[in-house]
Amino acid sequence: MSGDTQQTAAEYIKHHLQNMTYGKFPDGHWGLAHDAAEAKAMGFMAIHVDTMFWSIFLGALFLFLFKKVANTATAGVPGGMQNFVEMIVEFVDSSVKGTFSGRNPYVAPMALTIFVWVFLINFMDLMPVDWLPGVAGWIGHNLFGMDPHHVYFKVVPSTDPNATFGMALAVFMLTLYYSFKQKGMIGFVGELTLHPFSSDNKVLQLVFIPINFVLEFVALLAKPLSLSLRLYGNMFAGEMIFILIALMYGGGWLVGAFGGFLQLGWAIFHILIITLQAYIFMTLTIVYMDLAYQTNEDH
Amino acid sequence: MNINLTLIGQSITFAIFVWFCYAYVWPPLVNALAERKKQISEGLAAAERGQHEQELAEKKAAEHLKEAKGQASEIIVQAQKRASEIVDEAKDDARSEAERIKVGAEAEIKQEINRAREHLRQQVAVLAIAGAEKILKKEVNAEAHAQTLNALAEQL
Repeated sequence: MSGDTQQTAAEYIKHHLQNMTYGKFPDGHWGLAHDAAEAKAMGFMAIHVDTMFWSIFLGALFLFLFKKVANTATAGVPGGMQNFVEMIVEFVDSSVKGTFSGRNPYVAPMALTIFVWVFLINFMDLMPVDWLPGVAGWIGHNLFGMDPHHVYFKVVPSTDPNATFGMALAVFMLTLYYSFKQKGMIGFVGELTLHPFSSDNKVLQLVFIPINFVLEFVALLAKPLSLSLRLYGNMFAGEMIFILIALMYGGGWLVGAFGGFLQLGWAIFHILIITLQAYIFMTLTIVYMDLAYQTNEDH
Repeated sequence: MNINLTLIGQSITFAIFVWFCYAYVWPPLVNALAERKKQISEGLAAAERGQHEQELAEKKAAEHLKEAKGQASEIIVQAQKRASEIVDEAKDDARSEAERIKVGAEAEIKQEINRAREHLRQQVAVLAIAGAEKILKKEVNAEAHAQTLNALAEQL
């Protein structure tokens, strides 16, 4: 519990699950929410500062590192960093080539961005849960004169559904755009209404159309939803377990040592999960883009 | 867990990152990879070509060697033939030279004989005259008979 004896376990967990929210208070002025109720009252007109900060910081870090390598990339013998970057690029490129059958120069860079960015975001989950929130609380208390209990700081953007939905939404928009572009309005509507049931009988076909539409529309919406919820759910659960393990440090020597052992074990296992989730997010994006390019689908 | 502006902010961030990656990060990396792939395949092809060429060169060298050996043995055969020809020629030359020397010697001998005969003839004439002088010391006029004796000596 990081030395905070005034907090109960429930408060500790809630504190860790609350984003730093900057938004419009119901009375009209803008500012940081002091607790969960205030953040909730802000509604849609609010932004999670911690989520945005860490996702932009990590994305920029990824682009900075890769750009640096790209600037000096040569066909000669690659150095250590170039080798590493090339390994990732090659891996992503072969994934895209194996799955995506259309022609679109954006798909491979997008897959690379998703893979590395989501990996880095997930990687924040391996940070001990009190470190960065502790630093943020200290800064908030000493520089801005805030009550450290009211400084909320979530360091893993992928445990914020806004972040995962945001990415999935962008991917969804792209798939819709390319679906329209490839199939045209008629083809797109046809895909939604003429499958999976079809008949040569005109009357029967008319009956099938609304049924097909309901089925296909749900399937269409399920894509971005499942894409984002899968990542969010996995990371949120992982984070939750880290927080629960962290609670054990307040329970004396023996329980604390056992907690440390558990944290190590879970962190090692989590390395697999964060990589896997980044890979799944990338692969599903490629698959959805590929589906957008499938013009003559046979269900 | 509230859905709010972060959603839109995240979407925009995502789009910008993807665009940046597409514009500045992806192409140089992929180009470098493609370039290296090309260089490696070219290198392998060159190595294979080199090996092939070496094989060809070895084959050619063996052929040259064989040809050279053939030529050498031919030259040796010719040289032997020539040598025996030279020996034959020398033999012929020696034989003809010997013939020539023999002819010369014979001619010289004949000449010598003639000279000796001439010398003898003169001596015979002198001897005959001296003899006749002794025999016919008084009765014979040496001058009157010398003519006759000379004519006689001429017949020898």
